[in-house]
Parts: sequence; C-alpha cells; structure tokens
Amino acid sequence: MSTRVGVVVFPGTNCEHDVVSAFERAGAAASLVWHTEERLVGFDAVVLPGGFAHGDYLRPGAIARFSPVMGAVTRFASAGGPVLGICNGFQVLTEVGLLPGALVKNRGLRFLCTPTRLRISSARSVLTGGVEPGAELQIPVNHFSGSYVCDGRTLAQLRDTDSVVLRYVENPNGSIDDIAGISNAQGNVVGLMPHPERASDQLLGSTDGLLLLRAVVAAAAGVRAA
Amino acid sequence: MSGPDSGELPSSREQPLRRELHRALGLTDEELERIVEILDREPNELELALYGVMWSEHCSYKSSRRHLRRLPTSGDRVLVGPGENAGVIDAGDGIAVAIRIESHNHPSAVEPRQGAATGVGGIIRDIFAMGARPLAVMDPLFFGPPDDARQRWLLEGVVSGVSSYGNSVGVPTVGGELTFDPCYAGNPLVNVLCIGALPTDRLVLARASGTGNLAVLLGASTGRDGIGGVSVLASAGFSGVADGAKRPNVQVGDPFEEKRLIEACLALLDAGLVVGIQDLGGAGLACATSETAARGGVGMDVDVSAVPRREPDMAAWEVMTSESQERMLAIVTPEAWSAVEELCRRWEVQASVIGHVAAGATLGEVGSKETGEVPGRLRIRDRGTVVGDVPAASLADGAPVYDRPMRAPADRERWRADDPTASEGCGDCGAELRTMLLDSSWVYRQYDHQLFLNTVVGPGGDAALLRLAGPGLPPSERGVAVTTDSSPRWCAVDPRAGVGLVLAESVANLACVGASPVAVVDCLNFGNPEHPEVMWQLSETVDGLVDACHAFGLPVIGGNVSLYNESTGADILPTPVLGVLGLVERIRRRPPPAALAADASVVLLGRRRAGDDVPHPLGGSRWAVECRGRRYGALPPLDHAAHARLAGFVASLVAAAVAGGGRGPEDAGDAGLLEGVHDVSGGGLAVALAEMAVAGGVGVRVAGVEGHQELFTELPSRVVAVTCKPGELCARADEAGVPAEIIGIAGGDRFVVEQLMDVPMADLSQAWAGSLVDRLVSA
Repeated sequence: MSTRVGVVVFPGTNCEHDVVSAFERAGAAASLVWHTEERLVGFDAVVLPGGFAHGDYLRPGAIARFSPVMGAVTRFASAGGPVLGICNGFQVLTEVGLLPGALVKNRGLRFLCTPTRLRISSARSVLTGGVEPGAELQIPVNHFSGSYVCDGRTLAQLRDTDSVVLRYVENPNGSIDDIAGISNAQGNVVGLMPHPERASDQLLGSTDGLLLLRAVVAAAAGVRAA
Repeated sequence: MSGPDSGELPSSREQPLRRELHRALGLTDEELERIVEILDREPNELELALYGVMWSEHCSYKSSRRHLRRLPTSGDRVLVGPGENAGVIDAGDGIAVAIRIESHNHPSAVEPRQGAATGVGGIIRDIFAMGARPLAVMDPLFFGPPDDARQRWLLEGVVSGVSSYGNSVGVPTVGGELTFDPCYAGNPLVNVLCIGALPTDRLVLARASGTGNLAVLLGASTGRDGIGGVSVLASAGFSGVADGAKRPNVQVGDPFEEKRLIEACLALLDAGLVVGIQDLGGAGLACATSETAARGGVGMDVDVSAVPRREPDMAAWEVMTSESQERMLAIVTPEAWSAVEELCRRWEVQASVIGHVAAGATLGEVGSKETGEVPGRLRIRDRGTVVGDVPAASLADGAPVYDRPMRAPADRERWRADDPTASEGCGDCGAELRTMLLDSSWVYRQYDHQLFLNTVVGPGGDAALLRLAGPGLPPSERGVAVTTDSSPRWCAVDPRAGVGLVLAESVANLACVGASPVAVVDCLNFGNPEHPEVMWQLSETVDGLVDACHAFGLPVIGGNVSLYNESTGADILPTPVLGVLGLVERIRRRPPPAALAADASVVLLGRRRAGDDVPHPLGGSRWAVECRGRRYGALPPLDHAAHARLAGFVASLVAAAVAGGGRGPEDAGDAGLLEGVHDVSGGGLAVALAEMAVAGGVGVRVAGVEGHQELFTELPSRVVAVTCKPGELCARADEAGVPAEIIGIAGGDRFVVEQLMDVPMADLSQAWAGSLVDRLVSA
C-alpha cells in the first residue's frame, strides 16, 4: 500500500490540488482534509499547502492556527509524524508554535513569484533526508510575507540543532541567514517558503522539487514501518 | 456630460420626482420620454435609477451596438457567443474553454488599486458564472510615460491591485501587455482577460426559468459602495477637476470572499443544484435580475428587504444599483434550497432568498409598445409593498440604439503624407534600439503565474501556453494558448488596417507556441462617442476586425466596449485590445524559447520586403513614434493568405516539438528543428533579435539587412527562427510556400548587424533589465 498523505484545506487555501498531484508523482496517495476535521486518521504524513488561509486576514496563519484541524496536526507532529508546511503552510506552522520564528513581509515590500536557487543545508529532516547537503535545487517562490525572522537565541539554536534545512543561494526576500526552510529539533516538522510542487514536472521547467517530496514520502513510509 | 456625486441622489422614495433627476442619473431628456412611453406613466425614483444604470453606455452599448452587430460570431467550435457572461468554445476531449475580456479603466483612474482589483474579481465571476473554473488571467495595461510621479502611482497601484486580488483569489496571472503613451496619462487603461475550463456537459447559462423558482443572492452583503459605477464613472470622461471626488463610486474588493464564492458556486454546479447563475457586476442587482429574467423570457419578483445589508437605512434604489463586489445570483428550485443552504454554509458563503421567478406576462396584459413583445416584469418590493414595476427586457435590451454621427479626421490625407519612411534618416541604431527594450518582469514577478501547475509558457513569452487541466476536468494532453495584443500606434494611423495588423500579430504569437487560433474576444477602448471622429474610429475598427476575422476564419465570441476614455477633452488613441485563444493538440515538452542559442543559425521566415516602391514602411512603428516623434504615414500592408501560411508553418513546427515526437519519424525530425522562435512585431527585427539575444545570453552577427528601414519596420508576417539545421528548415519552408533566408549566426558577446550596429551584449542586457525599474525610480 502506498504512503498516504493528507493535504489540509482551509478556506482560502489554493495550492491543495497542485500538492496532491505532485505527491502522486512522488509515489504517494494524497487526499484533501477539510480544516474542520478534528482527527487525522489513516495518514502517514500531513501537508499544509500554500495559499491564503482565511484570507491571510490579521496576518498570514493567524486565524488558521485556530482551525479545528490544527489540534490534530499538533498531536500528529508530537507522535513523530512527518508534517510539511509549504509557504502559507510554513506561516501557519510558526503561528501555531510547531516551528520557531515568524515570516514577515519581503524586503522590498512586494509580492514575489520567481525561480530561486536553494542549497540543502541539512539532510537531518523529513524534507531533506537522503539529499546531499550542499546540493543546489531550482524551485520557485511565490509570497509576499516570506522573510524569515527570529531572535538571536533561536537562530543559534536552529544552527546548533542543524535545523536550517534550506538556504537561498541569492536571498530574494531578506530572510535572516538566507533561510528558506527550517525543521523542528526532531526533524519531523518542516516549513519552507519555496513551492516544491511547482518544480515537479520537466514540462514546467524543473523536477528538483520531486527530490524533496520523495524524501517526505520515504520518511513517512519509514515512520509507518517503525 | 458630467456626473454627480452619489450624495446628490435622492435617498427617499417619498420625495417627489424632480424632472432633472434623470440627468443626474446620466439619462437624456429623450431617454426619459422613452421610459414614460414604455411604462405608460412617469417612472418613480427607483425605476428611474434602474434605467439610469441599465441604459448607461457601459451596460447598454447604446453607441456601439449597431456597429458590433457586424462582427462574425459563429464557428465550428463555438458553444456560446457574445451576449452571455463569457464566450465558450469546445476544446475537445470533453472540455470547454470560457473566455472573456473587460475593461476597468475609469475606476482604476481614480483608485488604481481597488479599481484593478475589482476588475480582476469581476472578470473571474463572469467565468465561473458559466460553470467554468477560472484558470488564468491576463492584464493589458496602458499608462502615460512612467517617469512621472502620478503615472508611477497609477502603475504601482494597478499592479498591486491585480497582484493582491489575483494571487489571493487563487487564479494565476499568466501574461498581459504594458504600453506607455502620453495619451493615457489622464485616463489609463486597465483591461482584464480571464479564461476558465469546464467539462462540456456542465455548461450553464445565465437565465431564469421555472415559475416559482427561487432567486438566491450568494456572497457578500450589499453596501453603498460602487453606486452609479457604470453611469457616473464608466460612461463619462474625466475633466481633470475633482475627478478624485468620484472615488466613492469605486467598489472595494475582498478576494477571500470571492475565493469562497468560486468554490461554493462550482460545488453547487457540480451537484446540479442551480438552474441558472449570473454574476453581479456593473449595475448590481438591477442588471442581474433584469438580464436573467429577460434571457429566460420570464419575470422576476424581488424583495429588497430580504437583501443582507452592510449598512442600515439603504433605500430600495441603492440596494438595486449597488455594485458591492463578490455577489452572485442563482436560480434554484424550492426543492434544492436546503441543499444549497448547507453547501454554502460549508464554504461560509451567505445565501439568501431574495425573490422568485414570475411568469411572463400574459398577452394583452402588459406589452412594450416599442417592439410588441410581451416581456416578463421585474417587480421590486420593499417589505412586501411593490415599489417598482417595469418590463425586465426594457432594462436589459430596451435601451435606445444610437447611430451617432461619424466623421473621418479632416487632416487624414495630410497625416498619410507625413510619412517617416523616406524622410527620417539613419541615426545611431544601437542607441535607438536600447531605448526600445522593455523588461516587464518588475510587473509580472508580482503576479502568481504558476498556480495549478499548468503554465508551460508564462508572462514574457509571445503567448501564454497552458496545459488544459484543472480540478474536475477530464484528463487531456491538450494545451490552450492565449495572447493579448494591441497597437494604439498602428490604430492611430489607420484604425481599420491597424486592428487587422493586431489580429495578425496575435495569430503569429500563438504560432510561436505551437497553437492554432480558434476564437477572438475584443475590448474596444475609445474616447468620447459624442465626438464624431471617435465614432469613425470605432466603426473603422469594427470593419477592420470583421475583415481580418473573415480572412483568418475566426469568430469573435465576446467583448467589451469602453467609451469616454478622455481627459480634459482629449480622447485616447483608438485602442482595440484583442484576446485570442489558440489550441495545441498535445503538450509533452516545452516549446522552443524566444531566445538565441550559441552557434545556431538565425533564419528569417516570411517576406522581407513589402514591395518595390516602399519595401520597408515605417509609418506607425515604434521607431518612428518613440525615437523620432513621427506618428503618421502609411502602415505596412498585410497579405492575409501569406500570413496564414507563415503562421500555419510555424505552428506546425512548434506543435511537433511540443508534442514531443512519437508519431513517426517525420514528427520526430520536426521536434528538433527549432532551437528558438519569436515573431517580429513592435520595434521590428531589431527588437525581436535583441530580445532573443538577451534571453539567450548570447550575441549575434546578422548580415544583409537593407538599412535602418528594414531593421525597424514592423512589416507583418515575419518570424525569427533559430536552428541548427538551416538547410532543412529552409527546404521545409519552401515546401510550405513560406520565404526563408538565413540572416545570421548566434554567438559571441556582441550584437552586430553589419553596416548598422555593433554593441556589446552587456549594454543591451543592461538597457533591457533597467528599462522599467530605472524609469520608475527616477520618477
């Protein structure tokens, strides 16, 4: 049986179908989970996709953290299940406290939809397991609030625990330490601003995102086996 | 004609009718007489307000309608032509594609961010009203020169409006155009095109049917925003004085509300819960109720007290004419209502029964004296009491059709004689070329252009090329291509020939991504129709479009007319914007880019000379207008048959590459024939080659160009092809009856046209990259 990925949909989420089809390309079975669900049953990994959950009103992720499904996502994460937040999903994960720091408006104060080059900084996460540190990937970003910030102690901690998983080669948004993605200390909860699902088909320019999604699928399969 | 502030309108229906009220609402004395004749009595204030918005130029097309009738609208693939929310074509594989184009010029001129945002919101609603999931938006934008603070404010505001609304509502913006000309300084143009797709069998039309069925208002509450938007704002010019006072007539958008509305409406349609559906845009409920009733040949009873309000004490006329955004009107059977309510609750979309479908009038009861038809009535109640009662069709289709006076410009012959081709000499071609390069990525990087994983060629290419896929669609390997094109320069010289050249360019753009054209939508942006020369421009444009559509075998399946684009008495240049939809049979690989490749040959496909007398005409070209300040002269001629041959040849080569071979050895050969391809348009061969050189990051050496005229002429029907097999390409072109000549070789770090220019690539790349950003910063 293939790995089962749950893709959470809040009102205002818009990348859910893209994420489902990219995970299917990566060999998983993916299905949508409505935000009012209070339990996550039968999933090996959970993804919070990009978009504008609850319109991004107040600030991105600020309302989504109160959606009923987030309690279940938190329990899933505590039990060691792989949780991936892409773009808006990353913002939600910081708001709900599963990842430290915050995403603020881009340097330049404009929305940015553009290809970026990323460098794998750590292979110690469900997103980057098995990918050689130092490897470069071409994956686009698509955000207004993608500049990662945190205090000095948090940054030191992130570095000490090898939890900065992706860095921009050319920083597009002013993120501290060129951070594009981080994990929690255990490595099972990961957030990143770039959209790996948008780099999962040569027809659209790059398949580098599939490396990351396949790593998530492999990690999920590993958790299930264990 | 000058518009009033919304505060001048009466707010109480008890107030006695003032005879001058109709003028404040934008109606003429003759139009009031006609209304009295239709009703057989004086209209009350509510009724007058309904006619005021529905008979506005924006809603009724009263100045343009008699001209638009000449356009060809039918074709093999056409499922729905003009007159519905959007045109629809059959794309094959059980998929239909809906397309529409609209203007939001006047709102954007006074409040650029909300004006552009609500333009995007409105066009998206038109698409999902047809049952189609909106898949892509394109935005042709026109401003005054950007090195001016006000133009920068307009440009930044419009772009941020498109970006904030389009990105958040979840529809990618995959292309557009950016044009600067002083004529738009006081009246910028913001056009918006949207395409969507649906399973062919789910097509719905915006008509009411079934007496007793419920009229259900979905989405946002109704407020006082946007009252009179279509009449006060969209159907009058700008005077330059107190135009900012029209800001309250601009609507305010909420993309999150619209996103939920899209999902709820598509789910309602999927579940088969609605009989008909229509969006509320210009003229709000007045338009939606009267149009759905008129199309269905029925009446409609509406109670304004059932309409959820954003503010207290709104009068009936305010509720009926409000242009509050993010609302849809659905016709639902009473049996389906509880399921509709439940589905809307899931998406947090407000749903309220505001009325019901009424029978058409019985013969002899009420009849329009004008046509002898027996239309249904639009009856409006307030807490049960009838406060307005008019024939629905008299609002929707009863506006007078004007045959406005037309006059060709008196000095036309003098313009034509003022030709820059022979009289302007060769200058510093390299310097002139640099000023004509424009990198618009500053704009489109602010747009999500990748959502849905369909964008094979996005903004910056000749045309957008998308996979024809989306949630709920049957599987298909087909692709859809879209381009928007315009040329106020060409149309100013000769509107009739100019629009023909624009359509030719669209066809060439589609060919460069492998697509064959199937349908056209047009957004006709013109000045004040009360100026006879503007009506002449409009009429000539329609005639030119008719000729070109016939020549290319293309139907016009929808459009929009925007008049009164003027400020302080000066009309904009005639600006027809065409959106053309093309289809690609199978997409498996990316098409060759609009770029040079090192060591490849550069082949010019198409004829090199217009004729022996004036081989390389420059009238209306970017070079003449922008570099030499010469607007007039003669346009280059267009040979439709030769153009169609060229486009067909290019499209077949690119389509073979895109299909990825696999159909036999011959196609596999085609798949590798082209390394790059780009059509020659604004700025001529010089700009086409420079854009390809910058994109490829490689120089070029071109020989045999006959002077600056050949370098800069915008002679149509030419495509630059880059190939490693020039002999084979030329032979294939010859078989297809398309002229082909090797004109150069790509490579090195200099851009060289022998005898004419030799500049370092670094200079061109710098000029390209800084072209927009530097000018904005200097503002």
